[in-house]
Amino acid sequence: MSLVLDIIISGLISGSVLALLAIGFSLIFGVARIVNIAHTAFYMVAAYCIYVATTNLGLNAFLAMAIAIVLTTFLGMISYKLFINAIREHEGAVLIATIALGMIFQEIMSLVFTGSFLSVPALIEGYFTILGVKVFYQQLLTLCAGLFVMVVLMLFLFKTKLGLALRSTAQDREVANLMGINEARLAMITMGLSVGLAAFTGAIVVPLTVLEPQMWMPPLIMMMAVVVLGGLGSLKGSFVGAYILGFAEALVVFLAPMGAYLKGSVALSVMILVLLIRPEGLFGVYFEEER
Amino acid sequence: MAYTSRKKGRKYSMNLIIFYVKKLITIIRNEVLVLPSRVTVILFFFFILLLPVFTDDIYILRVFTLASIFAIFAASWDLLSGYTGQMNFGHALFFGVGAYGSALFNLHMQIPPWGSIPLGALVAVLAGLIVGVPSLRLKGTYLALTTLAFPIILLGLVFAFPGFTGGELGVSGIAKLAPSRVADYYVVVVLMLGLCTIMWKITDSNTGIIFHAIREDEIAVRASGVNTTRYKLLAFCLSGFFAGIAGGLYAHFMRIAGPSTLEVSLSFQVVIWTIFGGAITIYGPVAAVFLLYPLLEFMHFAQDYRILLFAVIVLLTLLYMPDGLFRWLREKIETECPRCKVRNIATRDTCRICTAPLG
Repeated sequence: MSLVLDIIISGLISGSVLALLAIGFSLIFGVARIVNIAHTAFYMVAAYCIYVATTNLGLNAFLAMAIAIVLTTFLGMISYKLFINAIREHEGAVLIATIALGMIFQEIMSLVFTGSFLSVPALIEGYFTILGVKVFYQQLLTLCAGLFVMVVLMLFLFKTKLGLALRSTAQDREVANLMGINEARLAMITMGLSVGLAAFTGAIVVPLTVLEPQMWMPPLIMMMAVVVLGGLGSLKGSFVGAYILGFAEALVVFLAPMGAYLKGSVALSVMILVLLIRPEGLFGVYFEEER
Repeated sequence: MAYTSRKKGRKYSMNLIIFYVKKLITIIRNEVLVLPSRVTVILFFFFILLLPVFTDDIYILRVFTLASIFAIFAASWDLLSGYTGQMNFGHALFFGVGAYGSALFNLHMQIPPWGSIPLGALVAVLAGLIVGVPSLRLKGTYLALTTLAFPIILLGLVFAFPGFTGGELGVSGIAKLAPSRVADYYVVVVLMLGLCTIMWKITDSNTGIIFHAIREDEIAVRASGVNTTRYKLLAFCLSGFFAGIAGGLYAHFMRIAGPSTLEVSLSFQVVIWTIFGGAITIYGPVAAVFLLYPLLEFMHFAQDYRILLFAVIVLLTLLYMPDGLFRWLREKIETECPRCKVRNIATRDTCRICTAPLG
């Protein structure tokens, strides 16, 4: 029984984290057709920002989170303006540029923080027990914060004018442009939103993980698997896919021998199996070929 | 009588040799020396083949040997992803399968390197088929992100079964490629030059034209009666074969096949090399590896900063030359004749073949 609960908690948390990351990644892909490999690098940058703000500067944890999110969002928008905007039309070039950006962040972090493992204390210490399973308050907080932001994001996308503009651009860039939507500015805003989501994810996850300059790689791969599984550019797909893969990971970790090594393999195999049956992902929208 | 006919025969063969030599000189003078890019290729061949004559520094030879191995690897990515447009983000799979394959063949079945490397490459071809079949239905970004998964799945299996694969330590204790470092160098370099020429020939053949066409408009190719599925699988297999050979060479040269051959960073590295040098060229990735790999190795003074500098250089190159460095350079020094489509050196006013004025 406690094993089942362990799996549920672990699956919910990794699912929510993946969902937040994947939704951000999907947003910028849908609106601007940018495959942002550096997406999780921003998540890492935010985590390090929080580490500096709480450990070195001694700031309040919530203030540190706010500062980290704002700074990282600006960083994302500046790097978009400088490096990605100019080469948006070349699909391959954007991929390389974002890989290079991710590597730059990774290297800067390993120069500044020397690649050692760091950690940040939990926002709320302590735990409670259900059916003999320890549930840390921090885990609960991460889960709630993640779900809350997802609800806010949905409200923003479906109830505001900007959200409407965003969704229509994702549907058809040219027609949206003809209807008077400033596509370039919207891409910039979306980049900010997407990086902001990544930064927020970093902020809520940081007490649960160890900080190291390579920490952006494992979530990057899982996030991409989620996005492909759910269907590129589909927010609903990202959400469902994230929980499928999150639970697949948790099941393997707790049930299979050598599970910690195999969790990535199994999750990615699930993705490939789904793609064999539905090549456009679970909720994939078929993009008209853009000319 | 017999004497004269033999003399005649010898005279005839002498004439034939002289004829071929003259023809060769004419080709070199009229087709090679007129274009700076072709002269550069010839100079590169001479440089790379004569390098051990000028230096016997083991370290320099080692760097250029590894650069040659990665050049084969990068060119094989270009053959698949550049030409057919099937973005493969998990190319390290072929490299790793080739490396592990030849290492295990060598270790368990005592097959010497000249046999184990091709066998490892054949296993990589099999991997190409396994990746290719589910990937055929996917396009563009979907394909890129899906292929990224395959080496990671294999990496998980490698870690999960350390008894067979050596786990994190890898398979070690395999045979040397050649008795000495200089012999290693020549084996790898000659193979590199040969294989890259073969790849370039493939892309220049009818098959290569179909690869180009699949990238440009797959539906149109299918409408012309070409079985694109077969050609895409062929591209996966060819690319897997060449990358597998690179992996096998790497394993026998380093005498270890470790999990680093399957890492995501290696897959990214090969993409960076190719796009930096210029995709859809074959010479672009090779030149990029020979520029970037030694540059990174020789930057001793900035050990900590070299990956950072590497990333910054790549980023800036992309901003100013999105088609790749060597394509951009070639456009600068050569122009294409607007009438007969023959390339000319940029300093000419008229085309060297049809004398049309060059814009």
